Amino acid sequence: MNSKLENIKKLEISKPLKLDCGKTINNFPLAYETYGKLNENKDNAILVFHALTGDQFVAETNPVTNKEGWWVTAVGPGKAIDTKKYFVICANVIGGCMGSLGPRNINPETKQPYGLDFPVITIRDMVRAQESLLEHLGIKKLLCATGGSMGGMQLLQFCATFPDKTFSAIPIACSSSHSAQNIALNELARQAIMADPVWDKGKYFLKNVQPKNGLAVARMVGHISYLSEKGMQEKFGRKLQEKADYEFSFNADFQVESYLRHQGYAFVERFDANSVLYISRAMDYFDLSKQFKGGLVEAFKNQKTKFLIISFSSDWLYTTKENKDIVIALNASGTDVSYSEIITDKGHDSFLLDVPEFLKTLKSFIDSMYDKFKNEKRI
Amino acid sequence: MKKEFKVIADLLPNNTRVLDVGCGDGSLMNLLEKEKNIEVRGLELNQDNVQQCIHKGLPVIQGNAETELHQFPNQSFDYVVLSQTLQAFYNPEKVLKELLRIGKSVVISIPNFGYWKVRTNLLFFGKMPVTKTLPNTWYNTPNLHMCTIKDLFNFCDEKNINIKKVIGVNENKTSLIKKSNLEIKNLFSKLGIFLIG
Repeated sequence: MNSKLENIKKLEISKPLKLDCGKTINNFPLAYETYGKLNENKDNAILVFHALTGDQFVAETNPVTNKEGWWVTAVGPGKAIDTKKYFVICANVIGGCMGSLGPRNINPETKQPYGLDFPVITIRDMVRAQESLLEHLGIKKLLCATGGSMGGMQLLQFCATFPDKTFSAIPIACSSSHSAQNIALNELARQAIMADPVWDKGKYFLKNVQPKNGLAVARMVGHISYLSEKGMQEKFGRKLQEKADYEFSFNADFQVESYLRHQGYAFVERFDANSVLYISRAMDYFDLSKQFKGGLVEAFKNQKTKFLIISFSSDWLYTTKENKDIVIALNASGTDVSYSEIITDKGHDSFLLDVPEFLKTLKSFIDSMYDKFKNEKRI
Repeated sequence: MKKEFKVIADLLPNNTRVLDVGCGDGSLMNLLEKEKNIEVRGLELNQDNVQQCIHKGLPVIQGNAETELHQFPNQSFDYVVLSQTLQAFYNPEKVLKELLRIGKSVVISIPNFGYWKVRTNLLFFGKMPVTKTLPNTWYNTPNLHMCTIKDLFNFCDEKNINIKKVIGVNENKTSLIKKSNLEIKNLFSKLGIFLIG
């Protein structure tokens, strides 16, 4: 896996980045991927921010895992975000484990992987790091930026920090501040990792091992929260896993157990336990209103970006109410904002799945924004 | 384009900020944006309609006017438009108050229950009226609080709401409605369009 990580696109950022925790990082790698072509006018660029366990490989095949990109439902030739028409960019967040600076990288001071010596990062740190990438690609203003879940949180931060860097923005199924329930679920995931003896206070890398059991449980927690009660009941019900009756054991009798175990242990193959700790912490610390004296309304003041907020009716992780609060703040700040609630049983995961109403809305908005952006540039 | 929308568009000055409550598929917003350079926003309940607005590049918020107008700040729009929806609210008085809070002025259109065909339907046939402007039958109509032009006129007077202009519409003909011709216009207008606030 490591040799494959050598061959992916990386930008070495030499400009020092002062983190919210007070520490500064410099000369660090930011791994990214692009799809489609940037046109001559450079007005067809779309930046995608990925979620907690995502990476830069949005579409096509992920060259490291050889699996499909995480957003193939929405991004690709002829898809809602059409790569024949648009230039799609996505960067791995700092703190991640797909090539950008993260706890697995070598700490220049100790010549060992950082582990828990890696500085605690925030959503704002992630976003600031990605700004250099736009500069590197020669893009002054994006046509659109989008992202679901933590990707949406990064996007809100991006718009608040850089009010004129994107013509339009589509935050999907996210929140402007992490709720108590979401912090609690993240804490559950972290505790699962830290309770695994292999984790060894984050020093597992010295023995070249992963706290697999803890990390898998952490992923299972996540997976439960990405589905809805109704969706889960419909998909699994009480169906048994390739057996006629109970085994009277603690093996995975039920399909839902088997599903969770599969998801949990598949995740271990591609993700780093310490990265989960760092990225989930960044989500918990996210509270955009706290950064501005006048709260959330102030965060969006002087905003030129045209927003479309999308929520999913059965999402109990980032609820319609939380998404609507963003709409209310944008409205109060006089920002151009649209909002749509997609009715679906597929829960928080909806943005990654084939939900036609959602994909249609995404496509309609981006295409209409492209027409407007071209016109604006012409004038 | 519906005559009603043309009348409403004529009431609204160029380069203003307008909120269209119950904006439907965005036809009126489209007209206002393209022909009058008006900065439009819409509020719409129906998901298909919301999609059509987004497709046209029109800013629209999916939501219920009955319960979600509170999200718009005081006097944040020059005009708020409510086209043929007032009668469908549980509490039209409350909605009207909200509209007047959000907009410096408010344009409301209502299907006129005082129109002669509506009256004769009830008077001669003893049936709830079904007309072009009131196409639903009694059991499936969304309209909960039907009123006449005269009713809304009197309501504004009672509540001290300033009436700036009232226009009666019948097919392609429009006419100015004043206190002096209220009785006759109330009989011959299919639609009443009020500019208040």
